[in-house]
Amino acid sequence: MNPQIRRLFLVLSLLFVALIATATYWLWRAPDLEARQGNPQLIVRELEIERGLILAADGRTPLAANRRRKLEDGRVWYLRRYPRGELTAHAVGYSTIGRSRTGLELSLNDFLTASNANLSTIIDTTLDRLRGIPREGNDVVTTLDLDAQRAAAQGLAGNCGAAVALEPSTGRVLALASSPSFDPNLVETDFDSIEAITAPCRPAAPLLDRATAGRFVPGSTFKIVTAAAALDTGTYTPESQFDDPGFCTLFGERVFNFSDQGTPAGFGRVTLADAVENSINSVFCNIGKELGADVVLEYAKRFGFYDRPPIELPSEEVLISGLYRNGRLYDPESASEVDPGRLAFGQERLVVTPLQMALVAAGVANGGVVMQPRLVERIVSPDGDVIQRFDEEEWKTAVEPSTAADLSAMMVRAVESGTGGAAQIPGISVAGKTGTAETGAAGRNNTWFIAFAPAEQPEVAVAVALSDQTGTGGATAAPIARAIIEAALGRNT
Amino acid sequence: MALRVRLPHADPFLLPLGGLLSALGITMIYRIDPELAFRQGLWVVVGVAVFVALVLFLRDYRELDNVKYILGVSAIALLVLPALPIIGRTINGATLWVDLGGPLVFQPGELAKVFFVVFLAGYLRDNREMLSYGAAGQGRLPSPKHLGPLLLIWGGAMLVLFQTRDLGGALLYFTVFLVMLYVATARWTFVAAGLALFLAGAFALYQVIPHVQDRVQGWLDPWAEPEGQSYQLVQSLYAVSSGGVFGSGLGNGVLLTPAGDPYIPFLETDFIFSAIAQELGLAGGAGVILLYLIFAYRGFRVSMLAQDGFSKLLAAGLTAALAIQAFIIIGGVVGLIPLTGITLPFVSYGGSSVVANFVLLALLLVVSDRVNRGERA
Repeated sequence: MNPQIRRLFLVLSLLFVALIATATYWLWRAPDLEARQGNPQLIVRELEIERGLILAADGRTPLAANRRRKLEDGRVWYLRRYPRGELTAHAVGYSTIGRSRTGLELSLNDFLTASNANLSTIIDTTLDRLRGIPREGNDVVTTLDLDAQRAAAQGLAGNCGAAVALEPSTGRVLALASSPSFDPNLVETDFDSIEAITAPCRPAAPLLDRATAGRFVPGSTFKIVTAAAALDTGTYTPESQFDDPGFCTLFGERVFNFSDQGTPAGFGRVTLADAVENSINSVFCNIGKELGADVVLEYAKRFGFYDRPPIELPSEEVLISGLYRNGRLYDPESASEVDPGRLAFGQERLVVTPLQMALVAAGVANGGVVMQPRLVERIVSPDGDVIQRFDEEEWKTAVEPSTAADLSAMMVRAVESGTGGAAQIPGISVAGKTGTAETGAAGRNNTWFIAFAPAEQPEVAVAVALSDQTGTGGATAAPIARAIIEAALGRNT
Repeated sequence: MALRVRLPHADPFLLPLGGLLSALGITMIYRIDPELAFRQGLWVVVGVAVFVALVLFLRDYRELDNVKYILGVSAIALLVLPALPIIGRTINGATLWVDLGGPLVFQPGELAKVFFVVFLAGYLRDNREMLSYGAAGQGRLPSPKHLGPLLLIWGGAMLVLFQTRDLGGALLYFTVFLVMLYVATARWTFVAAGLALFLAGAFALYQVIPHVQDRVQGWLDPWAEPEGQSYQLVQSLYAVSSGGVFGSGLGNGVLLTPAGDPYIPFLETDFIFSAIAQELGLAGGAGVILLYLIFAYRGFRVSMLAQDGFSKLLAAGLTAALAIQAFIIIGGVVGLIPLTGITLPFVSYGGSSVVANFVLLALLLVVSDRVNRGERA
């Protein structure tokens, strides 16, 4: 029987080798497995790290902090808490065990957990391990100005929409708010209550960051881009004359001006500046037809359309603005595929984010140069050393300074005596542009206001977008923009 | 100590291997739940006591040959116990437990395994001539008369599987049976026929029992339902893969949720190898596998050195049972074969399992003492 036993042992040995080989295979697949959402391994290991704080622009107010929990076996876990709750939920995001991470908590995870390959961080973490003390993450100082942020959140409350405030000369994001919001403290413990949030839009989608990923039709705010193309190409000047019959003929059909539909009582003879001031569709429609869709789109790209704004949020949370077809970004190969008239006044399948329109306003405010938007000021090690500073960088050069100055002057008129009157602030000249975009359903308008102030020396540029509105941009969005501007400029109403 | 006095010629490797694996088991269980580790420690003490008693009082293990039919019937009786009303307990879809009130919940199947091997060793020794050569005149197939026991055991294994939903147990019994049959007769046809029957039976059961379907589906594509039926396997793979080559170190693995429960249900029993692979890494996991391989090597060596058929078959059967059991569960938790719930011998938490494996070890050592003594005499 011995040969059989020997053979048996051989087979058994092979089987055991197969076991080791299988275990090795999973080791080799470890990076794939680690990336899977349901894998608690990496997340739990990172719970043992004292995660860095996320702070407001003042460098003191914590937006994300830690809660220590002592386990039965003596280990300490650091769980996340968000002292400001709903206020900064979308920009800061959340870091949980059960529902992974979002926002800066996700995109800056390496810094927050001190996993970044930076010499001083590596030395620190190695020393910590040798001393047996928990690893400490790096703190993130954001650019968020809590006064402006609060003004934005309060203004948006009760609506579905978003607001973004930027510093035009640096690209710093002063406020980034989306409504409805949610309490990130409840994501882990009571997700049902977040799913139960309701708002005057369907779905309420409180987790969606409408400021960077909300899909809005820009409406008349896009006229700033068209006007930029009209002026910068030298085709028109602010004084160029137009005849407004109250409608524009597109493919043999009449498209009427907003607010007087069906009653073609036009403004008569007007200049380009008048058209911006009173947001006259027919004028822009004719400009669009004259310039062609390709030129208008080219200027949109110069402001950042068709490119993902390089903000520090996870790229999947930042939507690219542009023409969309069947839910996908679409860059027409030939200008004839696009209706230039409707494009010129911001309809025609355009999908934009509030962040992108804030960048348009900021570009005009900054003499035609769009600065890279950034949400992070600096990253500080536990010892207080600045590990990384995020400097201002130019992102796009949209138009000549002279064009920007002309656009600015026209936008000032729109607030002083045009559709944006609700954004007037005594003592400060505000430049702005309203927008009321039709989505094809009654009472479902997207209303807008983009602005910057003070017009002579801009310190803040904002975009406010609301969905599911019955009113106009001037009535609904402009007051919110004004409140944000006042807060950002340090004025309290 | 008792071993040195009573069995001076016993194999010097087997007991330390059992001890090492038990110690590793207690260490890992302590990591998961200190209280369970204490109870496991008590069980090991009971196991060692039974081991010592067997070594001291089992004068000649060959007497077991005389009671083989009693043992065989007892094995079947033990297996049927959990299916009885009142005392039977069903946990996680398998009916494997007997509850005699209080702390006396045990898995009779573990002990039946040892009885079963003893019975087979005796039965096959008696019938091996007939089984091997009796059929030679009628082509390659043995006569129905000699196929009878094979079919009987096959039917029994399937019945047990059907009754208790214990896939791992059925697989173990049947494999051990085939292995011993092969060792006794050296005929591949038996093994092939047995395997074919098992596969046919397994396929039939797959069609009928949803529990079996779940297990096989979960194995074929664990990522289809990572939160559902293959949750355990997926979590086990996460644990194995995150261990790296040298592991996270004892106490540093991610085994428990914030609430203090293991991520993998049955971590301390069926999935103990996942915990080992994570905290001790591939090196530790492979080390454990090698320990079983050394155990198998020493066990088979005893069998090869033995002079009489009963000793040979007994040693080979006991060794094979332990090694195959280790393969089935480790293979299950690393996704090599469909996952079935059986214990990792000596390491997993479980009183019946620990005691039964010490009984197995005692028998093996008694055989080895006799074998080595005979060799030197």
